Amino acid sequence: MSESLVEINAVSKIYKRGAERLTVLDKLSLSVPRGDFVALMGPSGSGKTTLLNLIGGIDRPDGGSIVVSDRRIDKLSDRALAHWRSRHVGFVFQMFNLLPVLTAERNVELPLLLTGMNGRQRRERARTALSLVGLQDRFTHKPAQLSGGQEQRVGIARAIVTDPEILLCDEPTGDLDRQSGDEVLDLLVALNESQGKTIIMVTHDPVAAERAKRIVHLDKGRLSSVSEAAA
Amino acid sequence: MRFLNWLGQIASVTGMNLRNVPARPGSTIVALLGIAGVVAVLVAVLSISAGFKSTMATTGAEDAAIVIRAGSTSELSSGLSADSVNIIAQAPGVAAGDNGPLSSAELFVIVDAPKRGSGTDANVPFRGVSRGGFEVRDHFRLTDGRLFEPGLREVIVGQGAAREFANLEVGSTVSWGRNEWTVVGHFEDGGSLAESEIWTDVRVLQDAYNRGNSFQSVRVKLESPEALQVFADALTSDARLEVTVERESEFYADQAGVLASVIESIGWVVTGMMGLGAVFAAILTMYASVSSRTVEIATLRALGFGRFPIVVSVLAEALVLGVLGGAVGGIVAYIGFNGYQASTLNWASFSQVTFAFLVTPALLVTGVIYALIMGLVGGLIPSWRAARQPITTALREL
Ligand SMILES: Nc1ncnc2c1ncn2[C@@H]1O[C@H](COP(=O)(O)OP(=O)(O)O)[C@@H](O)[C@H]1O
Ligand SMILES: [Mg+2]
Repeated sequence: MSESLVEINAVSKIYKRGAERLTVLDKLSLSVPRGDFVALMGPSGSGKTTLLNLIGGIDRPDGGSIVVSDRRIDKLSDRALAHWRSRHVGFVFQMFNLLPVLTAERNVELPLLLTGMNGRQRRERARTALSLVGLQDRFTHKPAQLSGGQEQRVGIARAIVTDPEILLCDEPTGDLDRQSGDEVLDLLVALNESQGKTIIMVTHDPVAAERAKRIVHLDKGRLSSVSEAAA
Repeated sequence: MRFLNWLGQIASVTGMNLRNVPARPGSTIVALLGIAGVVAVLVAVLSISAGFKSTMATTGAEDAAIVIRAGSTSELSSGLSADSVNIIAQAPGVAAGDNGPLSSAELFVIVDAPKRGSGTDANVPFRGVSRGGFEVRDHFRLTDGRLFEPGLREVIVGQGAAREFANLEVGSTVSWGRNEWTVVGHFEDGGSLAESEIWTDVRVLQDAYNRGNSFQSVRVKLESPEALQVFADALTSDARLEVTVERESEFYADQAGVLASVIESIGWVVTGMMGLGAVFAAILTMYASVSSRTVEIATLRALGFGRFPIVVSVLAEALVLGVLGGAVGGIVAYIGFNGYQASTLNWASFSQVTFAFLVTPALLVTGVIYALIMGLVGGLIPSWRAARQPITTALREL
């Protein structure tokens, strides 16, 4: 087992619009060790989301290789990739992306439908995950009955319920007020420190980025600087 | 285990989908009513042909035969002499009654009568029957008045004709040809074609319409359904006769077949075109449904759900739309049309036949299946699109 959980080597991503070519990622390399908490910063449109999607296996590069937990994922078939995602990554979205017709519990249970668990086991796991994010008294609430911060915590519970090695968070506090954002960041730090989750978090916010172990800057398709967080 | 899992995925995604339906009542109701309308029309049209066929089927008995001139396809184009009629009545296989063989030599002409609603004239069969005419028809029963007196210009009217045409009440007088006729009774005949007719004594009819001593058909009651063979063999091998023998039930089924299949073809053509419209409405609805859930679907796919559960869930939603539309359409057709009395031209006799629309369970099933097909076709393209959407672009749609 190698030291780094994510190993990105000379990855390119190019969008073609007619004759125009937009090089979003230009032979970018990045290595993220197990247990790391990386904040990915950069101007809007610099390719942060694109990079995160590549690591999470919902997009494919136009060149280079991506290895996540010893598995080369850029060559997997669509079907194998979908199965891989359900086992190895947890996504946390800026807009939470909860299903409005489902209760918190049911939302968190969703990824477990892709495992061999029976209904009772799934329910138990979902409730444990919700308790872990401090929502033990919100099992049967629908997303519309929750605050933004609570919704994002449901989103995090959904991301960790299958116990993946890595959490990919795309501006998880981007839609939250400062206090709820801080609570979500506290939660992510706790998951990184006590559960050993590897976290890559895209953020605009320098204050949020400070909570990570290190900060990576993305600009013009390349990583421009890597800095250790002050903390 | 894998498979159960996969079913679980499909079930849960479908469940979510269906719970989303009430969120888009507008387009859903339009598509549902579109499908319901098509099914209602389809079932109504097919119920016409079912009702017509059923009337024709009850007209013919298994143990009765009808004899017409060889080469004729209907009574109207047939002709039989008095001698032939006698030979036919004496043939083996014919059941015996109190007054000799059970047979009825018949002749009919077509007369005009005004329709009750519109007052416009339509053709009515005016049939002359012999004394055996009532006995060869098992279901014949007077419902009002009395039988006509042989030799007098008196008529009895089938209850279908009495309902459809004006001035045929018991006691009224009507003039057909150069004569005045008195209505002395109404009758029923188990819902058969005869209920659309007016009857008198065949001798009187021959006289009134200058038909000499000729007839068109002979109806006989057979000793049993199996006796048809002996009866037919005897007649066809008799050198004095040139006749066609057919079991009565088959004779009418053949006649019904032509008109019924014309009605059915028209029904399918019309509802086929309407169906295109309904499918279009279903496609729009399902597109709206899919695009309102673009992000949801992409999120599920990001979590690791496959394409297939997505396709199935959208199709399931479309099928539910189809089933509901089909059920509504079927109910509307049943309430609105079942038992609806109508009359149409019977092409075999060029006269009106009255019958009731018949919405059978089989027709309702046909309607619902058609609705399911419309829903399925409507859901195919949108479901395909839902599953093909790249996850990344769909996730950006906020
Ligand atoms: N499907 C696409 N087609 C064309 N251009 C795209 C597509 N997706 C993203 N882009 C472009 O790629 C660049 C990087 O996008 P993104 O990764 O979302 O940036 P960030 O998350 O850093 O704001 C942007 O300029 C964006 O417009
Ligand atoms: Mg972004």
